[in-house]
Amino acid sequence: MTTVAATAQVAHGHHDDRPFIRKYIFSTDHKIIGIQFLFVSLFFLLVGGLLAMQMRWQLGFPGKPMPGGGILPETMAPGGVILPEYYIQLVTMHGTFMVFFAIMPLLVGVYANFLIPLKIGTHDMAFPRINMWSFWSAFAAGLVMLASLFVPEGAARAGWTMYAPLSARHDYSGAELGQELWSISIVLLGLSSILGSLNYITTVINNRAPGMTWFRMPLSVWALFITAILGILALPVLSGAAIMLLFDQILGTHFFDPPAGGQALLWQHLFWFFGHPEVYILILPAMGMVSDIIANGSRKPIFGYHSMVFAIISIAFLGWIVWGHHMFVSGMNPTLGSSFMVSTLVIAVPSAVKTFNWMGTMWRGNLRFTVPMLNAVAFVAMFVIGGLSGIYMAATPVDMFIHDTYFIVAHLHYVLFGGSLFALFGAIPFWFPKMFGRMMSEPWGKIHFWLTFVFYNLVFFPMHTLGMAGHMRRIYDPTQYEFLKPYQPLNEFISISAFLLFATQIIFFVNFWYSLFKGKKAPQNPWEDNGLEWSLASPAPHGNWATTPTVYRGPYEYSSPQATEDYLPQYKKLPTDREPATAPVAGH
Amino acid sequence: MTHATVDVMRPPYPTERGLDVYNTKLGMWVFLASEVMFFTALIGSYIILRFGAPGEWARPGIVLNIPVTAINTFLLICSSVTMVKAYATVADGEGHFFRLRPGARLSERLDFGLKFWMLATIIIGATFVSIQVYEYLHLVHRGLLPSGVREGSELAELVANGTLPAATMGLFGSSFYTMTGFHGFHVTCGVISMAYLYFTKTLRGKYSQQDYRGIETIGLYWHFVDLVWIILFTIVYLI
Amino acid sequence: MSWWLPLKGSTFAGEIDGLFIAILVITGIAFVIVEAGLIWFVVRYRARPGRKAFYTHGSTRAEVIWTAIPAVTMVALGLVSNHYWVQIKGRNSIPPNAYPIGIHAKQFEWQVTYPGPDGKLGTADDFTVRNQLHVPAGRPIVLALSSEDVIHSFFVPQFRVRQDVVPGMDIKAWFQATVPGTYELGCSQLCGLGHYRMRAQVFVHTPEEYDAWMKRAAKRAAQGEASE
Repeated sequence: MTTVAATAQVAHGHHDDRPFIRKYIFSTDHKIIGIQFLFVSLFFLLVGGLLAMQMRWQLGFPGKPMPGGGILPETMAPGGVILPEYYIQLVTMHGTFMVFFAIMPLLVGVYANFLIPLKIGTHDMAFPRINMWSFWSAFAAGLVMLASLFVPEGAARAGWTMYAPLSARHDYSGAELGQELWSISIVLLGLSSILGSLNYITTVINNRAPGMTWFRMPLSVWALFITAILGILALPVLSGAAIMLLFDQILGTHFFDPPAGGQALLWQHLFWFFGHPEVYILILPAMGMVSDIIANGSRKPIFGYHSMVFAIISIAFLGWIVWGHHMFVSGMNPTLGSSFMVSTLVIAVPSAVKTFNWMGTMWRGNLRFTVPMLNAVAFVAMFVIGGLSGIYMAATPVDMFIHDTYFIVAHLHYVLFGGSLFALFGAIPFWFPKMFGRMMSEPWGKIHFWLTFVFYNLVFFPMHTLGMAGHMRRIYDPTQYEFLKPYQPLNEFISISAFLLFATQIIFFVNFWYSLFKGKKAPQNPWEDNGLEWSLASPAPHGNWATTPTVYRGPYEYSSPQATEDYLPQYKKLPTDREPATAPVAGH
Repeated sequence: MTHATVDVMRPPYPTERGLDVYNTKLGMWVFLASEVMFFTALIGSYIILRFGAPGEWARPGIVLNIPVTAINTFLLICSSVTMVKAYATVADGEGHFFRLRPGARLSERLDFGLKFWMLATIIIGATFVSIQVYEYLHLVHRGLLPSGVREGSELAELVANGTLPAATMGLFGSSFYTMTGFHGFHVTCGVISMAYLYFTKTLRGKYSQQDYRGIETIGLYWHFVDLVWIILFTIVYLI
Repeated sequence: MSWWLPLKGSTFAGEIDGLFIAILVITGIAFVIVEAGLIWFVVRYRARPGRKAFYTHGSTRAEVIWTAIPAVTMVALGLVSNHYWVQIKGRNSIPPNAYPIGIHAKQFEWQVTYPGPDGKLGTADDFTVRNQLHVPAGRPIVLALSSEDVIHSFFVPQFRVRQDVVPGMDIKAWFQATVPGTYELGCSQLCGLGHYRMRAQVFVHTPEEYDAWMKRAAKRAAQGEASE
């Protein structure tokens, strides 16, 4: 037994002679898997953005030939003019790519993989090989989804929410293979998330470094851990629903087929039972990482650490009982609507607590406006707008008016773009040095931040006005409606802002790729952070630590009177610190 | 002895005390939580569809061959028992059931016991799947498809003469094949995994009282699959 | 182009707008507090050499305050909203004297069935008109919504009324138009490639005009013309 343990210990040393394919392709190293997710999901972010630009062209300039649209085939945009059937594919695939293949893997695939072992002080995930399969099954899912754009009749056409029976029967949607590929891809993606989540949960529970007690875990790890719990319980429901949908499509079953006794609302219940926890899967990791970055940038301990943790837990818990607020006007029993409204309004409370705690952290701090910090503060500012606009939809009578209008489009983009994506624009440069050993450019990062911040608000804030006017979602040509014609200048304005917003993202991508090869070499701890990951060289070596680190304190001891600098890392032993007790080790 | 057991199942480097459960077992518990949600989605949909069905539900007693499936259920329960036997042999050293020859050493008896019980579980599991495949073929022959009743089949006649309700046969076929099919898929995965462990680990003597992680973990999965079947058998075949 | 809500065209539009404004005030206050606070902190506490941040882990009193205030506000808002919700959408909210109109949605049109001169649906004098909804002002209308194929959604912005039309379900929705005029009915649930053009004209008549229209339309329907 002792020999086994000893060899295992040595294997975590820094001798890395794995062949290229094991090291970078079929790697089981959590950091490489995180980086693989990063590249793939940034690609899908770009794809999702491109689809959005085409939608915005059609909405701003309906019926006019799209510049460069000539390269699209006749079935999508003859002469560059987008067809209605292509437009609804754009709507569907933009949502699908952004939610399932960009934001979710960027937050969970990238940062749960990369950060969890580094931040809790372990050598890898509990199940490295399962982790590898998690990436490759997500990759396959992405390929299938991407391929569906190019099959005859094009991609799925029923919106990213895939409401049945439009999605379930080919004669309703007009697409056959595209719809089926969507279902297959989602089943694969569900598998990927389940494999990933079970890894994260096991790793956090069992593999924390000595001294890393539950309440010494950084909030990012807490958030990712709770997210994994949501993922492991929510994704199988989506998989089950997607399988039933797939069977309806290919085997002719009748789950969602009302004429044969199936139920249209069953899909919505299943989808949103998954979908609302999914909403929190898309925001909790962002909140966690923003907490880390704000504490770091404010040089102050996070305000109310415990209430932050309990807020995460209560959001996750309440997230299971609010799904019906997507269905207030769906024909669901209105009495159920009342109870879902109350639970939905209550979920605003932990979100408010988190917001005030972030502000409390900045209060009397010593704020360093690095690119990550700027983006993290923007996250708070924008998430607040998204959170507050959610209250309008939560109030059932108001929802009856603004449901399925641009008001909800504005709301969800304030949360997903203003929230999750700003957090990612903070997180990517923040952990870039630990991933690649180089820094991203600060000046270009600031230019990107300010332009994004301005254009983003110009795109999404006016959508509230459109929603208040009753502008429906997912309509190909708003000028069909007399009452929407006066709003066409606003649509044009939004579209032009959206093009500028997209163009701004080129700065980010160039900065990312340039820094990857030519960026300034990163020091070990460029942000003067307290986390365990900064005790490693940049980039972090294979196997992480030669010997497991020991944790002596919480993660947010900035400006502590005990230290001479304004930070006190978790791994730094002061003379007053005692060695923590550890669990029994194999072979001892 | 118990200390040794805990030892090898821990990471070989120091950690904070987590749950006193080794990673593979904890991972399986977490995985089973997701499986519970998956089957909840299927079974929940079945319940909703059945309660909301237009008219009377198809009569399982007429469509399905309940005695054969009852025997199959009994077999699957037996396989859970053999699984427990395999686990008990390796974990607790209860090998006295086997006495191959007078004077055989305990370790030999344990080794044989583990191989025997594991192989028994694999064979019974495979038998269950085979009987299910036979059941499917028979049902398809009689005319029950995932999309409903096939034209001109035996069941179509029963629908025509009013023995079976026409309005719900489609839903019945859909939910029957989906639920039992996914259960069968899980049993198949279990059989394949056990066969893999049997050939790569058991036959090579990799399991011992110090390390029986594979047996315990696959055992958890197997009991779960068994439990799901008991629920499915009750709600699909009996009620 | 208006920056505000559309015309109040139904009895409950005022209530919904009132609730909207109440939420606007509540969220507006929260918005100003947070954003002004953020800007103030960003300016006031920006890093300066030689300064050290104030070392604190938080304050229980602050946590209690900013948990309790949102909680109380949200529960109060929930109670008020529910009061209106029950009036507008509740099980027993449909006025007993409501005038019935049948709406059958299909890809991509609205088939409106009128009760005919006898004012009852399901009788021989019913007639159906495509993509035109005529209603009398000042009288509650109850819509019997059904769908031929996929989910559609009945939405008239000025009436503040929206109800999904679900295949396999019979759903009732009601409203009472107040301002005579012409409006548009749109489908607000993605229903296929023609979703964007699934629109109908809505005519709100004075009761006298409505009766006159009904006579004409019924006569024309009886002569075998399905639509105007």
